[in-house]
Amino acid sequence: MIRFVIRRVVQGIVTLWVIVSLVFILFFMTNPDPARLLAGKSATLTEVASIRASLGLDHPLWQQYLSYLGRLITGNLGESYKLHEPVTTLLGQWVQVDISLAVGAGIIWLILGLSVGILAARRPRSVWDRSATVFVLTGLSTPTFILGLLLLYVFFYLLTTHGVSIFPGAGNYTPFLTNPAQWVRDLILPWLTLALITAATYARLSRSSLLEVLGEDYIRTARAKGLSERRIIYRHALRAAITPIVTQFGIDLATVLGGAIITETVFGLPGLGENVVSAIGREDLPVIQGIVLVAAAFIVVANIVVDAIYAVLDPRVRLS
Amino acid sequence: MSLSPFEVSSAALVAEEEQSAEALDAAGAIEGRSPLRLALARLRSDRMAWVAAGMILLMVVLALIAPVLSSITGHSPYNPDLVNGTDTFGQPYGPGQAGFLLGTDNVGRDILVRIAYGARISLLVGILATLLATVGGTALGLVSGYYGGWIDALLARLMDAVLSFPYVLAAIVLAAVFGGSLPLTIGVIAFFSWAAIGRIVRGQTLSQKEKEYVEAARSIGAGSFRIMFVDILPNLIAPVIVLGTLLVPVAIVFEATLDYLGVGVGPPTPTWGNMLADDQGSAGFGAWWFWVLPSIALLITTLGFNLLGDSVRDALDPRTERLFAMRRKKAAAGGLGASAGAGTEPLSGGTEA
Amino acid sequence: MADAAAPVNPASAEQSLAAAPAEDRPLLQVEDVVKHFPIKRGIFFKRQIGSVQAVEGVSLEVRRGETLGLVGETGCGKSTLARCITRLHPLTSGRVIFDGVDISRLSARQLRTHRRRMQMIFQDPFGSLNPRRRVGSIIGDPLAIHGVADGGERKRRVQELMEVVGLNPEHYNRFPSEFSGGQRQRIGVARALALRPSLIVCDEPVSALDVSVQAQIINLLEDLQGEFHLTYVFIAHDLAVVEHVSDRVAVMYLGKIVEMAETAELFGSPRHPYTAALLSASMVADPEKARSSHRVVLYGEVPSPINPPSGCRFHTRCPKAQPLCSVEEPPLRIQAGDSAGHVTACHFPVAPGEQLVGAAPAISAAATAFAADSPDIGEGGRA
Repeated sequence: MIRFVIRRVVQGIVTLWVIVSLVFILFFMTNPDPARLLAGKSATLTEVASIRASLGLDHPLWQQYLSYLGRLITGNLGESYKLHEPVTTLLGQWVQVDISLAVGAGIIWLILGLSVGILAARRPRSVWDRSATVFVLTGLSTPTFILGLLLLYVFFYLLTTHGVSIFPGAGNYTPFLTNPAQWVRDLILPWLTLALITAATYARLSRSSLLEVLGEDYIRTARAKGLSERRIIYRHALRAAITPIVTQFGIDLATVLGGAIITETVFGLPGLGENVVSAIGREDLPVIQGIVLVAAAFIVVANIVVDAIYAVLDPRVRLS
Repeated sequence: MSLSPFEVSSAALVAEEEQSAEALDAAGAIEGRSPLRLALARLRSDRMAWVAAGMILLMVVLALIAPVLSSITGHSPYNPDLVNGTDTFGQPYGPGQAGFLLGTDNVGRDILVRIAYGARISLLVGILATLLATVGGTALGLVSGYYGGWIDALLARLMDAVLSFPYVLAAIVLAAVFGGSLPLTIGVIAFFSWAAIGRIVRGQTLSQKEKEYVEAARSIGAGSFRIMFVDILPNLIAPVIVLGTLLVPVAIVFEATLDYLGVGVGPPTPTWGNMLADDQGSAGFGAWWFWVLPSIALLITTLGFNLLGDSVRDALDPRTERLFAMRRKKAAAGGLGASAGAGTEPLSGGTEA
Repeated sequence: MADAAAPVNPASAEQSLAAAPAEDRPLLQVEDVVKHFPIKRGIFFKRQIGSVQAVEGVSLEVRRGETLGLVGETGCGKSTLARCITRLHPLTSGRVIFDGVDISRLSARQLRTHRRRMQMIFQDPFGSLNPRRRVGSIIGDPLAIHGVADGGERKRRVQELMEVVGLNPEHYNRFPSEFSGGQRQRIGVARALALRPSLIVCDEPVSALDVSVQAQIINLLEDLQGEFHLTYVFIAHDLAVVEHVSDRVAVMYLGKIVEMAETAELFGSPRHPYTAALLSASMVADPEKARSSHRVVLYGEVPSPINPPSGCRFHTRCPKAQPLCSVEEPPLRIQAGDSAGHVTACHFPVAPGEQLVGAAPAISAAATAFAADSPDIGEGGRA
């Protein structure tokens, strides 16, 4: 187990290093001189030169790269070119939005997806199963931003124009500590957007996984010895069927934590996702690198955790 | 020494043995029907597949007649037309108004014409990116699984890396660096899709290469290339076709998303994603047709391909549990080859889906 | 069979043997062949922590036109040896000399020309035929790969082959799934025959088939041997089958040959205790004889080839084992009183007529302790 974790952590660090390096190279390939950009149009050559010197941009590329990696190891992600604040501070603020998003949406999609999946698997070919099928199919076919727009249109625009303003429009976010009730109100539509689409995957996964388990011999044995169907499903089958769902959940959660770009853009939420889009627009390299790094790190860590959990949940899996 | 069975003439027994295959003789012609042809026959008898094909066909026709629509109506998909396309107050026309079947957008462009042109981009990107990803993923997955060793270690790690990329983020970064364009969009989508297919093909190859038929091929002198592409590949074709079909809607959504975020095929090219991005916030939600109509076009396309993918999966491997079906049949125990008639039974049962 | 007596490829001359006239030379010489499969472990860099010693120094010869039977329990290395002979596995050490040419070190490219004359028939009639390819192209594959025949000519030759092995040539376009097990094995035979090879290595060609079908395939192989002047290496665990088809028989235990002799001599007076046990374990069709015969019961499991016993590998289970056996490995040699072709690797060979210590009555319940892997042994009937 320890060997496994060590190996996976090292692999993860290598992956992150590759990703960070790629982003670094990509940006210098296309934009070798951010100093000119930073200084603005009216800057003199000396001003540009002093900015260049202060950022270390006058050194050869490989030196910049090495010093960047060196700073990275000490946890220093640099300073935003435009916002003039340390990237770590900015990331700390933005990631709160994504944590808020992930927590709410994760709970909803897990409950919704599992319920639909279990309902469908308990009575295959029933009306419930067919409705679940329609739900899954629609979820798989709908782009996130279309669902977001639809929810905004129905629950914000239509309700508000009819004098019922329960849900706020795009561009509202209240931190949880400031006002928990307002926090929920602001986030309920983004949560639903993320959750409804993701739940489709979970419904399909839990249905097929449960159906597979229900076909096993030990379930037949459980039925033969007279256990109730409820007990069979929740005590025996679900425990075995839950493993792939846990795996999927870990990865999905990490993806949202690293920035739900589309949802944040549709609803104007100041999280990592929306900020990376705007950082790209203003060519703010340190911010872009920081966000890419954090997003990739979430996924890498989630992969390791999920594999470890997998081994705990399913004794047949041996880590190697 | 040598006793009974060996003394029986072999010719006499051949005849006896042949009887076991007689049922097959009666069932079909001398020529065996290939698994793919059997699958096609099953597909043809699947009502859901026809519905799916109809939805896709609608979009294909729309894409094909886009220039015709434009020239008949005289409405350009690109140029704003505030004179004819908006009313006297400069407001866009709703569906059916002033000869615009699906209305106009806020600079007076015909929504119908733009949706038709958008279909071209969506289908082009969806199919081209899928082809690239499928061919690349299959080839690399085969090579990775077949050769093993350091080639496999390298390729498997690459697949893991691609799959663990936050791909929307990565796509945005790439598009931002190189500037959004149609070829780049296709390339980016293919790049982030091949690994999913590659991983599955690799896994299948790993199990296939342990089969004795691969050893048999080596024993008659077949080279690695021949074994991979002539012997193993036909055994992987079913999952590859299913994955490929299901990748098309994913690619189409991906493309629309990139456009929506402003890093795909940029304006003024009429794409569904661009149409949705243009309209958000500009005229507000009052003019619902701005975004509802392109969304419907997009949904019809993705639904169509998802339904088709499910039908194709069912046709290729009738034993797997089906997700979307109009009819329900008990999973036949027989194998692909033997169950020639299994999939061709008349449609019956429920009709909702 | 014009090329059966074709001269040796001069490019890769095997000097020591080139002296002997091609006709007298054995078709196949296996010299001290060793095959180890490494077992690897490690976090980042795999290091070898051991190996499965599947074949450990096997030497044998196969003469032109004969059938050499190779018997032994599952896991004794006989299939691995077959794959070493046909170079499906690279050798760890040793040489395989095919018609005067050492093929054990040839590159893949050089090997191709030799593959034409050395084919293999596989055990599993289901796994060894590609389910997604038509029978015609499966049988025609060797012709296509070696550029022997194309298009209509290939089809004609494939159909000819199908007829030779007793298949309906009109089934050319069918898939393997449309055939029965016996018919599938005929397809395998036709494929092996396509290039008119001199040697065919049959790896348990009938053990996956019904008994009645086994006989047909055996008879087919025998007919073909006469017709096409074939030499067979015939691997089986069914002693009745081996006795029926073989001119000579080699018995393998844990990667080594323990005894080798003319069929009649080996079955008539086995010298190695393992051979004796193996023979006594096979069921006898005649109940009278069964009652009167004695069965040697071997206790314990076959030791692991990862960590084989010292000295004679059989000593852990041998009823005649002495202290010497665990120390010194007995060489394969002619024992006193045996004919020249009968070699046994044993310090204390079984004397003719001797009953082994630890032998139990045939009907004893403990007799099942040595079941080998031959539930089908008796059907063929050993006289």
